[in-house]
Amino acid sequence: MSEQQVLPLGGLTADQSGPFRADHLLVAGMVKPGSKVLDVGCGDGDLLQLLETRGVDGRGIELSREGVNRCVAKGLAVVQGDADTDLVNYPDDAFDYVILSQTLQATRQPKVVLENLLRIGRRAIVSFPNFGFWRMRLQLLIGGHMPRTDNLPATWYDTANIHFCTIKDFVELCDAIDVKMERAEALDLYGRPLRLRLPWWVWNMFGEQGVFLLTRGGKK
Amino acid sequence: MVGVKSVPSPAISADERSHEVDHPSSQVAQFGADQPLRLDCGIDLTPFQIAYQTYGELNADRSNAILICHALTGDQHVANVHPVTGKSGWWDTLVGPGRPLDPRHYFIICANVIGGCMGSTGPASINPATGKVWGLDFPVITIPDMVRAQAMLIDRLGIDTLFAVVGGSMGGMQVLQWTAAYPKRVYSALAIACSTRHSAQNIAFHELGRQAVMADPDWHNGAYADQGIHPHRGLAVARMAAHITYLSDAALHRKFGRRMQDRELPTFSFDADFQVESYLRYQGSSFVERFDANSYLYLTRAMDYFDIAADHGGALAKAFADIQTRFCVVSFTSDWLFPTSESRALVHALNASSARVSFAEIETDRGHDAFLLDVPEFLDISRAFLQSAGKARGLTAKND
Repeated sequence: MSEQQVLPLGGLTADQSGPFRADHLLVAGMVKPGSKVLDVGCGDGDLLQLLETRGVDGRGIELSREGVNRCVAKGLAVVQGDADTDLVNYPDDAFDYVILSQTLQATRQPKVVLENLLRIGRRAIVSFPNFGFWRMRLQLLIGGHMPRTDNLPATWYDTANIHFCTIKDFVELCDAIDVKMERAEALDLYGRPLRLRLPWWVWNMFGEQGVFLLTRGGKK
Repeated sequence: MVGVKSVPSPAISADERSHEVDHPSSQVAQFGADQPLRLDCGIDLTPFQIAYQTYGELNADRSNAILICHALTGDQHVANVHPVTGKSGWWDTLVGPGRPLDPRHYFIICANVIGGCMGSTGPASINPATGKVWGLDFPVITIPDMVRAQAMLIDRLGIDTLFAVVGGSMGGMQVLQWTAAYPKRVYSALAIACSTRHSAQNIAFHELGRQAVMADPDWHNGAYADQGIHPHRGLAVARMAAHITYLSDAALHRKFGRRMQDRELPTFSFDADFQVESYLRYQGSSFVERFDANSYLYLTRAMDYFDIAADHGGALAKAFADIQTRFCVVSFTSDWLFPTSESRALVHALNASSARVSFAEIETDRGHDAFLLDVPEFLDISRAFLQSAGKARGLTAKND
């Protein structure tokens, strides 16, 4: 149905402060303690901090200088950089996990980024806002304007998010580049995982965001 | 700075300069014939001495020592009044009570590099074999030689592992050399506005400076000390050219623009009509009061030869293989002498070696010199990096 959606919309609140975010807790739960992790687009380093409490050797890449400074102040090893341009400089298999949390939709080349994640890391954990979420659909269908939510409050002309997708779109991309899903979760509006064993279309309709644990496929 | 008058050649005598060379207003570590400094050129330098300053107290388990590596024209007087110029310490934005490198928490060491002219053995020192000033008989030294000498000093001070090695520009090169040569002795490394190798453009600027010195008839093939003179003019020109590379177009424009110096109209002469000319002349003439011309040749040469990758089979990542040191790399947006791309290349190599590295590019229009200036974002990140490293190291540095 939908060809590649390129829908500009709300900015992302990757910088939410306060207690650990629901999606961070979920992501952290997917990471084996003691492993080596690269968090791409690590923001203020909240997820890295959460991971380090679990004995993870964490590194980060962050675009904003302010974010880098705050991370360094927390004792985290974070470099200023860009998912689109800097991932190519990391060697193969450098990490056990590479995390891209709520950043995929802000990259210029999501497909290339995803391929790099799984080259650098043996596994990748990717989370993103689901543009197929019923509220999004409703805003577009009934309201006739580009959707904005609490998590994506920026206007279409203001947003850094240039490559929104639905959960369905993402699953199709993974198939296309031979990426295997080890685990998939959809979170509802409150960050709670949806019940398991629901069909994809339910996730795509009721998941506010998707979180995926990915590994390399074996087809190639 | 703005409005300084052009200053004539300094009235300093050769005697005054040589006094700091041989009798530095610093602590001095002497290394006798039993402890030669093995130089990269194959020569054993002996005897030799290192002049150094310390600030703060070494703690009981000797874990709070920070070594500061100075830049090309810096010296050991990092946070005290300079004995020759009477100016405050060259890095008092970073070092001092309440500053990121606080002597109340750390034992801070800064040594004049080998080849320098503020008390460590260099071309201005007396060659014990002849009883005359070394001049061009002094062996050519390298950045690794400087670091080797510093390691001997650190041994002498009874310190095994440095909590941090910190430096900008040529000092940053020494920081990187420390981590490549003595990875286990460096707990954390703060490398600022530097590179793992000197670029062709930078070598070119250095060559210009050296040629300016050598073109001065007072240079006498480096034997000017024997004549009781000093090639002021050549060295001042070298400094003027170099100083431009430490700034930026935007900084020069903001500071001086096209403003005139103490006059309304051009004089239609080659006098210093423009403030920027006056400023450069001042930079040149004040520099020669405190710096030895041959020392300038040797230290610029050391920077030119610097190439860590070349010393490790051409692969930079190999220089840092399995290193446990915590790195923080800082660059400045307007630094065109050591541009951010150089720092990024370093960071990529450190990433490839799995090193624990932080990297930040600081936005400023103040050029390469930004690392010496009050740039709050840079000072904040330095403080944050050292504090978190201190925490990991179990130092109880207070947050103030």
